[in-house]
Amino acid sequence: MFDLIKQMADLYGATGREAGVADAIEALMKDKADTITRDALGNLICEKKGTDPNGKRIMLSAHMDHIGFVVVAVEKEGFLRVMPVGGINLAVSRTRHIYFSNGVQGVISQEPVPAGETPAMKHMFVDIGAESKEEALSMIELGDVAVYSNDCFRLGKNRVSAPAMDDRVACALLISVMQALPQTKNTVIAVFSTQEEVGCRGAKTAAYSVQPDIGIALDVTGNGDTPETKQPAVKLGDGAAVKIMDRGSISNPELVTELLAAGKRAGVKTQREVLPYGGTDASTIQLSRGGVVAGTISIPCRYVHSACEVIDLRDVEAAKGLLLNYLQA
Amino acid sequence: MELKQLCELQGISGREELVRAAIYDHCKNALGDENVMIDSMGNVIAHKAGRDKSAPHVMLSAHMDEVGLMVISATDDGHLRVRAVGGIDSRVLVSKRVKVGYAIPAKDDKPEVKPLNGVIGAMAIHLQTAEDRKTVLPISQLFVDIGAKDKDEALSKAPAGTPITFDTALTPFGQDKILARALDDRVGCYNMLRLLDADVKGDTDFVFTCQEEVGCRGAIGATYRLMPDIGIALEGTTANDTGDMPDAQKVCTVGSGVAISFMDNASIANPELFASMMKLAKDEGITHQVKMSVSGGNEGGVIQRTGSGVKTCVLSVPCRYIHSPSTVCSANDIEAQYQLTKAFLEK
Repeated sequence: MFDLIKQMADLYGATGREAGVADAIEALMKDKADTITRDALGNLICEKKGTDPNGKRIMLSAHMDHIGFVVVAVEKEGFLRVMPVGGINLAVSRTRHIYFSNGVQGVISQEPVPAGETPAMKHMFVDIGAESKEEALSMIELGDVAVYSNDCFRLGKNRVSAPAMDDRVACALLISVMQALPQTKNTVIAVFSTQEEVGCRGAKTAAYSVQPDIGIALDVTGNGDTPETKQPAVKLGDGAAVKIMDRGSISNPELVTELLAAGKRAGVKTQREVLPYGGTDASTIQLSRGGVVAGTISIPCRYVHSACEVIDLRDVEAAKGLLLNYLQA
Repeated sequence: MELKQLCELQGISGREELVRAAIYDHCKNALGDENVMIDSMGNVIAHKAGRDKSAPHVMLSAHMDEVGLMVISATDDGHLRVRAVGGIDSRVLVSKRVKVGYAIPAKDDKPEVKPLNGVIGAMAIHLQTAEDRKTVLPISQLFVDIGAKDKDEALSKAPAGTPITFDTALTPFGQDKILARALDDRVGCYNMLRLLDADVKGDTDFVFTCQEEVGCRGAIGATYRLMPDIGIALEGTTANDTGDMPDAQKVCTVGSGVAISFMDNASIANPELFASMMKLAKDEGITHQVKMSVSGGNEGGVIQRTGSGVKTCVLSVPCRYIHSPSTVCSANDIEAQYQLTKAFLEK
């Protein structure tokens, strides 16, 4: 599982710029789905047909996009001005190594902020090593998006850190579930979605075309197991987190019960998750057309939306066991 | 139809009837009655068949509505209480002249209706304390004076729900500049009306929408009905190129051409469509600029995320002092928006 997670986490794929991630996933999904399509928003939709014509349509969604910094201006000295794409945390972004899809490297830093003023995005700039505006514009264009530089490494026995863990860990999870899943009575549709970080936009149109009966988002969630952090009551290594609710959705209660039961049957650890913030693709899937039974399975993750997002491999394996059991029940 | 005529028609969000009627007639004359409809939200949808049936189906949108005010009640001494319709900075309102109600020309047996003159009032400077002068009055503390003697007179002339627009005549100034209210988005409507003549490659729907300023409500149903392959919003957008603003915060510049957006708060442009717009503008020698900010929102977001999804891009005319009584744009930028959209539809 580590190798697949690393492969996914090392790919460039900012929010709105997910095509490279989709290409890599498509190569891995060949022969694992009956049809593979992409839609206008760039979602990769992989459908595995069920044996029962009256079977359900179950959509699993993992988002490919990664928060980033979009170039909005170039200073005459060659520095770039950027704005956030998705929920960027300034405090963890200063003097970070970032990179663009074309391989241009950069360092994000902050100009001196006058006393009494709160540091804001307008104080940030990116140094790409250019010495003039012309040189900078020969390297990048306005609208190009940089992300935290890929740096995936193991931490202790079971943990892994990477900038794009949110949500490439779930992309890896979904790929490995689809690779291991035999044909079942229900139709299973794996959606690798786009633009989750700016409001679950890709999942909205994907759910419309997929028309699922049940939708399950696979995403990371916060943790309550680091110093002075209490919420959510989710711990790394304690298993797959079955979401009860967050700001974006209330999981269907019957689905929650079924997912927890599937975890039990599979003999994997699960934990119940109530997140006081955030949202997942389930938020837009559940409101598609006439409504969809929706929920989320989360991988607990420390330092979400930083360059070091840490997960536990045992939780990913637990989520995989749970999902394989649920889908074959 | 001239821009002056379009800008002088009054039409706040939800009350676009005067703009709609003028646009509807114009579209029917250009494309024939059978190709033009008004949907239940009040959008005008004009269809033109493309010369290549395999080319993508394009939807263009421009919104008919403008920001304004609406009467909600009156004080005992006859001043109208109002609320904003759409995003209005209350700092721009005090002492501005307004038209209360719409100017409706005589038609058939109905006589002409004239709007009332009004002015947005607040406490005189003589009465303000030093503290008062530092605070911005919210719209709830402003009133519209129509010269009425009491509440009964005020509300009989301007009952609750009466629309109010700024009273600004379109005025050309400088080399190429235009000052008017409602440039956002009558410039888009103006260009779409001119584009009805284009030799379109794919099937094209020209959608003149309502209620954009209150959340892109009109575009929702129109896009759902049409389910195009590509959606292009023709907009007016913020130009912050005033004073000593650093380049990085100008967003875009009046006179530097049509602004092409890679992303705003409502949508991220389809990357291929954005790149093809940039290339087309360059190849055709059309003055253009990239919108240098992720700010504002428009129908691109709604169009993009309707049904199974639509590839979208937004082309804007930069507007200074947008959403104020006196918005300023450049005739050259309006022309550039027209030329780029025309080239896109015809290629």
